[in-house]
Amino acid sequence: MIAIIDYGVGNLFSLESSFKAIGEESVVTRDPALIEAADRLVLPGVGAFGDAMQKLVLTGMDIFVKRAANKGKPLLGICLGMQLLFEKSYEYGEHEGLGLIKGEVVPMAGTIPEDLNIPQIGWNKLELVGDSPLFKNTKNGDFVYFVHSYYGDNCDESVIAYTDYGRKITAAVARDNIYGCQFHPEKSGETGLRILKAFCGRVEE
Amino acid sequence: MITKRIIPCLDVRDGRVVKGKNFKGLKDVSSPVELGSYYSECLADELVFYDITASSDGRKLFTEILREVAANIFIPLTVGGGIGTMDDFDRVLKCGADKVSVNTGAIKDPDLISQAARKYGDQCVVISADIKRVDGKFHVFARGGRDDTGMEGISWIKRCVDNGAGEVVVNSIDTDGVKEGFDLDLLSEVLSVVNVPVIASGGAGGADSFLELFKTLPDISAGLAASIFHFGEVKIPELKKLLRDNDINVRL
Repeated sequence: MIAIIDYGVGNLFSLESSFKAIGEESVVTRDPALIEAADRLVLPGVGAFGDAMQKLVLTGMDIFVKRAANKGKPLLGICLGMQLLFEKSYEYGEHEGLGLIKGEVVPMAGTIPEDLNIPQIGWNKLELVGDSPLFKNTKNGDFVYFVHSYYGDNCDESVIAYTDYGRKITAAVARDNIYGCQFHPEKSGETGLRILKAFCGRVEE
Repeated sequence: MITKRIIPCLDVRDGRVVKGKNFKGLKDVSSPVELGSYYSECLADELVFYDITASSDGRKLFTEILREVAANIFIPLTVGGGIGTMDDFDRVLKCGADKVSVNTGAIKDPDLISQAARKYGDQCVVISADIKRVDGKFHVFARGGRDDTGMEGISWIKRCVDNGAGEVVVNSIDTDGVKEGFDLDLLSEVLSVVNVPVIASGGAGGADSFLELFKTLPDISAGLAASIFHFGEVKIPELKKLLRDNDINVRL
């Protein structure tokens, strides 16, 4: 069973539907017992970093997520949920993150060519780095769907995929059992569903 | 780099997909759930789901069908039609919409866009503008193209973007349903005043219309159409192959 962490942000309906579509049982929850019992955790998120982090702390979910991740339970952060895995973010001030992945979250503004729209919204290519289990069903150059204005930086040793948006942008990171993707696998068509299957430990032909 | 998007639009009334010519003479096409999941699987980059129901009973039905559509597609979903309050935003986002498109609601309440952008983020708020030439000037129309607001179209769109709309759908009433190509003059004027993604709508007659659109206006982000996709006149994978062969960056 997969626990989708509910701390009051994000469109969780699509995530639930995606797991259902690949035949995996998932539950949207903030119940510590369910999180403890789950085989895998997903940390979703949309909106601003500071606000989301505050909600994680208020619901106590920061502690449960960190504890489970440090005990080796597979964790997947999606979009803002990935950014929360880092040490800190510079979105509207400076905010501390969960610190599960080394690095920080920085704005695109000023670091990409001026003629490109911010946020990056749309389908872009994955440039895979190394051989992460998360991408065992994914080919280099597969398209996934992004919506974001900030990205993970100073995290080279954890990057498992980049994308090109006027510069190299961190598309996914991993450290041991902890994964994060900046893009939305639940909105990335067949490619996205194959990434979720890989997260569930399933290899596709 | 990011690809140009191809977006089928589902106009839904009383639970069925319809498509008219110049917004009148609507004709039933098919089940939104079937069409939605068909498009999700056949390389559509996004889906727009538009509620053109007037009654509140119809609206309830729409909400149920929206959930069913959202549960069966794995690409981004934009929902519009009858969005006039923050509660409407909340209602459709909870049913699985990723973005919410506002039209008449933004004309009636100028604060709606800024309020929604603050709460849900700019990327969630789409301004959909129905534009028609009146005495040689672009006018904004409300209520599904029925009422001339008298407002100038280009400055209206710019104002909506300044207020926080993260994307613009420009729907030309003059070219809608005519099938002789997108309204390139209108789109070009819009592109010159905003720096968010602009989606062209109204007038696609075949694959050539999209090629002409992206070649003539390289800054356009997406092309939207309904009937030519629903009736199978244009198949999205074939359209994308044509675009790719002509050096347009698409997801294929």
